[in-house]
Amino acid sequence: MSKLTKKDVEHVARLAKLSLTPSEVDTYLKQLAEVVSYVGELKGVDTDSSEPTSQTTGLENISRPDEQKSEQTLTQERALSGTDKTHNGFFKVEAILTERTDK
Amino acid sequence: MIHLPLTIKETQEGLKEKKFKATELVKEYIARIKKYDKGLNSFLTVSEEVAFETASKVDQALENSGEDAFRKYPLLGVAIAHKDLFLTKGVRTTAGSKVLESFVPSYSATVVDRLEKAGSILIGKTNCDAWAHGASGENSDFGPTKNPWKRQYVPGGSSSGSAASLAANFSLITTGTDTGGSVRQPANFCGVVGFKPTYGAVSRYGVVAMASSLDSVGHFGRCVDDVRRIFEVTRGEDGLDGTVKNSKFEKPKSKLKIGIPKEYFIEGLHKEVEKAVLQAAQVFKNENIELVDISLPHTKYAISVYYIVQPAEVSSNLGRYDGIRYGNDRNSFGDEAKRRIMLGTYVLSAGYYDAYYLKAMKVRSKIVADFEEAFEKVDAIIAPVSPSPPFKLGEKSSNPLQMYLADVLTVAGNLAGIPGLAIPGGFSKKALPLGFQLLGPRFSEGTLFHLGELYQKAVNYVPKVAF
Repeated sequence: MSKLTKKDVEHVARLAKLSLTPSEVDTYLKQLAEVVSYVGELKGVDTDSSEPTSQTTGLENISRPDEQKSEQTLTQERALSGTDKTHNGFFKVEAILTERTDK
Repeated sequence: MIHLPLTIKETQEGLKEKKFKATELVKEYIARIKKYDKGLNSFLTVSEEVAFETASKVDQALENSGEDAFRKYPLLGVAIAHKDLFLTKGVRTTAGSKVLESFVPSYSATVVDRLEKAGSILIGKTNCDAWAHGASGENSDFGPTKNPWKRQYVPGGSSSGSAASLAANFSLITTGTDTGGSVRQPANFCGVVGFKPTYGAVSRYGVVAMASSLDSVGHFGRCVDDVRRIFEVTRGEDGLDGTVKNSKFEKPKSKLKIGIPKEYFIEGLHKEVEKAVLQAAQVFKNENIELVDISLPHTKYAISVYYIVQPAEVSSNLGRYDGIRYGNDRNSFGDEAKRRIMLGTYVLSAGYYDAYYLKAMKVRSKIVADFEEAFEKVDAIIAPVSPSPPFKLGEKSSNPLQMYLADVLTVAGNLAGIPGLAIPGGFSKKALPLGFQLLGPRFSEGTLFHLGELYQKAVNYVPKVAF
């Protein structure tokens, strides 16, 4: 398995929407490289005949009726109660599109 | 001032015999928290008003229906504190993180709801490693919790405040979550009983998710009987967590066998820890339980599997914290959360998925198979909980890998989804708690409780608090 690089750290931070200072990048590089190298020991385990385990319940396709229940529904007011950045009863978010400048 | 009872049975008998009122118990718990918790930091929120309100209702119910009230409300009068990962409607819930510093939930977790309906009294919310990431309590964004037995030592983590607050006698019972040992290890470090149910026995609805294929809700008490009583209230389907299954919890067999797995007595295992476990095994032997040497050959890989699968799931679960609908933005994540998000993102990212994540899931199957094979020979397994007694604050906090290795004896149980029960057993020369854990097949809680109670009866166990 390849060694973790500074570029990897910056790349995953970007994927995970975390902004890191240059000194954080250096610290995390050292710490994460140590962990990645440690868990790399798994490559020595023979798993040719093993199926992956993603969960241990043995349950499959658990479903429930698609019903609206008042006790499990938040009112608009309560749904918005976690933020003060609202507008006309909606959550206010940063703009993700910019206006076209080519016309 | 009243003498606080240390178990549910003692509490309810006292209430029945009118030795004290629920309001008097609450008054004493709150007074102790105010007096001593500054130095321990086990609580993040004390819900004084709610506690007195509920306690008055409890006293009223006892006045009105006398002993009948206990049949209707099995945990009537029981003071409870929840790990701050459990959503409590109207009471701030932080997950130990600055991201949720001022988050007040609009609904309660199923477990919180059920315990409330059973008559318990909410004292407050306990400190924990932020997002349950840690084995010492030092990763809380609100400062570390101290071990009540000796303050320069950690109480264990991540359910640090839940374990410490019982050792400090701030509450009668507490809840926690166990994703890689976060109930069993702090219980072990604080000298209380910690119970991690079978994965899928208790609903996690309304509990801040860490790693969803591993997370279990767990319970703390000062005796096995107490955690059994809590579990009787919390277990079973709620229709809101698709992994939960109702189970019969069969009665234990009349002739039981306990396995001693050689791989858990690792090199570097602290001698006093080892001695405590072997002494407990001897107690079982004296009670006519057969001890069998067993092997769980893939144990040594459990920590690597865990530190791939768990951060991968963490990175996904923490993706939702965007600071838009509630909470602060992602700049408020602490160091450990950032580390795990990045580690998880890395092992899931293009080019690395097969080498790390898929590989880990395959080795996980081998760990599951080890346990299945062992449980064909034995009914339960006895093992140490942590390689060492409580360590000092700051001893491991600067080296993440060293801290991760502290989970080495607990994570395999989570990977296999089996139940575990951590039981106190004596003290070290430095007067720090020791103990052991029992592990059993999925849904073998009945057997684990039976064995735990058998042990506590055999040693004439008396619940203790640090002061």
